[in-house]
Amino acid sequence: MATLELQGLAKSFDKTAVLHRIDVSLQDGEMLAIVGASGCGKSTLLRLVAGLEQPSAGRILLAGRDIIRLDPAARDIAMVFQNYALYPHMSVFDNMAYGLRIRGLSKAEIGRRVQVAADMLGLDALLARKPRQLSGGQRQRVAMGRAIVREPQLFLFDEPLSNLDAKLRVQMRAEIRRIQRNLGVTSLYVTHDQTEAMTLGDKLLVLNEGRPAQFAAPMEVFARPADTYVAAFIGAPAMNFLPATMGEGGVVATLADGARLVLTDGARPGLAGRKATIGIRPEHLVLAGKGGGDAGGFATTLDLAVELIEPLGSETLVHGMLMLDGTSLTLVARLPGGPPSLTDGRLRLGVPAAELHVFDGETGKRVEVG
Amino acid sequence: MERRTLFQGWKLPVALVLPQLLLTFVFFLWPAGQAVWYSMTQQDPFGLGSVFVGLSNFRELFADPLYVHTILRTLVFCFAVSALAMTVALALALVANRELRGRAIYRTLLIWPYAVAPAMAAILWLFMLDPEIGLLGHPLVKAGLPWDYHVSGLDAQFLVVLASSWKQISYNFIFFLAGLQSIPQSVIEAARMDGARGWRRLRTIILPLLSPTMFFLLVVNLVYAAFDTFGTIWALTEGGPGKATETLVIKVYRDGMINQDIGGSSAQSVVLMLGVIAITAVQFRFMGRRTKT
Ligand SMILES: Nc1ncnc2c1ncn2[C@@H]1O[C@H](COP(=O)(O)OP(=O)(O)OP(=O)(O)O)[C@@H](O)[C@H]1O
Ligand SMILES: [Mg+2]
Repeated sequence: MATLELQGLAKSFDKTAVLHRIDVSLQDGEMLAIVGASGCGKSTLLRLVAGLEQPSAGRILLAGRDIIRLDPAARDIAMVFQNYALYPHMSVFDNMAYGLRIRGLSKAEIGRRVQVAADMLGLDALLARKPRQLSGGQRQRVAMGRAIVREPQLFLFDEPLSNLDAKLRVQMRAEIRRIQRNLGVTSLYVTHDQTEAMTLGDKLLVLNEGRPAQFAAPMEVFARPADTYVAAFIGAPAMNFLPATMGEGGVVATLADGARLVLTDGARPGLAGRKATIGIRPEHLVLAGKGGGDAGGFATTLDLAVELIEPLGSETLVHGMLMLDGTSLTLVARLPGGPPSLTDGRLRLGVPAAELHVFDGETGKRVEVG
Repeated sequence: MERRTLFQGWKLPVALVLPQLLLTFVFFLWPAGQAVWYSMTQQDPFGLGSVFVGLSNFRELFADPLYVHTILRTLVFCFAVSALAMTVALALALVANRELRGRAIYRTLLIWPYAVAPAMAAILWLFMLDPEIGLLGHPLVKAGLPWDYHVSGLDAQFLVVLASSWKQISYNFIFFLAGLQSIPQSVIEAARMDGARGWRRLRTIILPLLSPTMFFLLVVNLVYAAFDTFGTIWALTEGGPGKATETLVIKVYRDGMINQDIGGSSAQSVVLMLGVIAITAVQFRFMGRRTKT
């Protein structure tokens, strides 16, 4: 049973701290998606687990065994590199067989494993080719095959799909998930694509400048983002944020223009009298009746000066400006169906009370009821 | 990528190429042509006239067992120098490619020998290895080691191979280092994760990826050892003792300049020239094929 546990893992290069106290624990066969902006330390985290770098602090337990002191080869971990890192002078077969030969497997066993992987990945006809004679997608498959034949306890993927075109990416995404499920190998998957992260991971780790911003199941991260960074990172288009002041025992948020949002799910007494950030996802904004004034059923309505309408077919993105007491905010709404009809270039949007996210205005941390 | 510039008319292009053509003509084609001509003539003993003798100089040359010996000796010398210079340079480059403290200084120092003139280098080696006055040679002889390249052919051969290789190590080092640095780091890391280390990683990953560099350097080193070592060898041993360190270029010089056998020496030059042309042709074929794929 290959469970993986990272305990207080940290890494500094010289004096610069790149990763701060990462704690993660994965069950056998689970896939962890690691997301974050460029340079936040995703690759570094993988390289620590792979043994290509030494951590400054912390422990890595694979199947309950601390592997920090082990050489990369002794860790029983296989990695798929972003640029594939195939051996240019070896055939596809030899690329996959290389690690097995070093481990001293019999010729028959090597042949069997390579054949199984080649069948799984549709590489059968390409086994004799050199990497330079392959397309990007085929190289990617070979890199996957090289990891699969090792039958390791842990897979590491470092943005394996980022060099492929959009269509192939979607296809390979599903394939990676299928293969990983079938083999039941615990995996870490680094990506900066939040769709990939949401669809691939059993768990999601969001990194923010080397700090773990949130570690939870993808839907949990989506439904209850731990802070404004996560909220903005997960979900497309990104969540809208409205600055507000909390009053009246933490039940009512007042926007700068005086509009009052009543938090129907409960009070946030901790925030009473302080600044807050109210979040609402674009898809949760709804068209309000043309009547105006009345906020019937909504926490409030917002009067949007529309700047851009993007019809996507089944839905429409509306970008606009919101004037709140002299300061302007950009806002995005994602409405079902075709483009809405505007009045004087304006649109009234309702904010359903049940869909609000409340964050501390200073720290950006999520504030729960109670 | 192909770049083409179109000129109007022919005068400007010709004017631009002319200096290069003139240099090639004066310093290469003209003397080469002369050598070919002399190689088919026989000088009279007083140097007053010459007669055309066709290929008889060549016939004499290859009938002379001494000449055939010199060819073999030169081949052995060339391969010994190439092997030594390349092996040492590769080892140094592998070290310099690591994360090292003072790496820049180490690299700079290794490049210096290339800038030392051959005769100078030879003198340096004499100061070190001379059995009478050498910093290293004298103590060794005193310690009972039978070392004297003035007398022993083997010692002299060892000395010229050593000195000639030393000159070429810098050059090889630069190319090996550049070659090593062009190997993607991630490929090495993939090999690490596959469990390849040390000698095995060198043999199965690094050397194959360096093979274009190695082939190029082999050709350059062979040509260097065959031609550019004249200064070093002449300053060290003048081809002696006996003929122990006499390579083809030394023999050309001795026969032509000292023994005044212009015809025979020219024939030797022509043979050498054909050798270089052959090596270069082989290299061009291989290089051309590599860059095309
Ligand atoms: N060997 C190194 N020495 C010094 N700093 C490094 C080293 N490797 C990475 N860093 C720094 O660590 C930080 C994280 O790098 P890392 O490669 O892990 O980012 P990443 O999240 O993978 O980014 P990307 O999405 O662009 O691949 C960066 O600021 C980078 O400059
Ligand atoms: Mg990265």
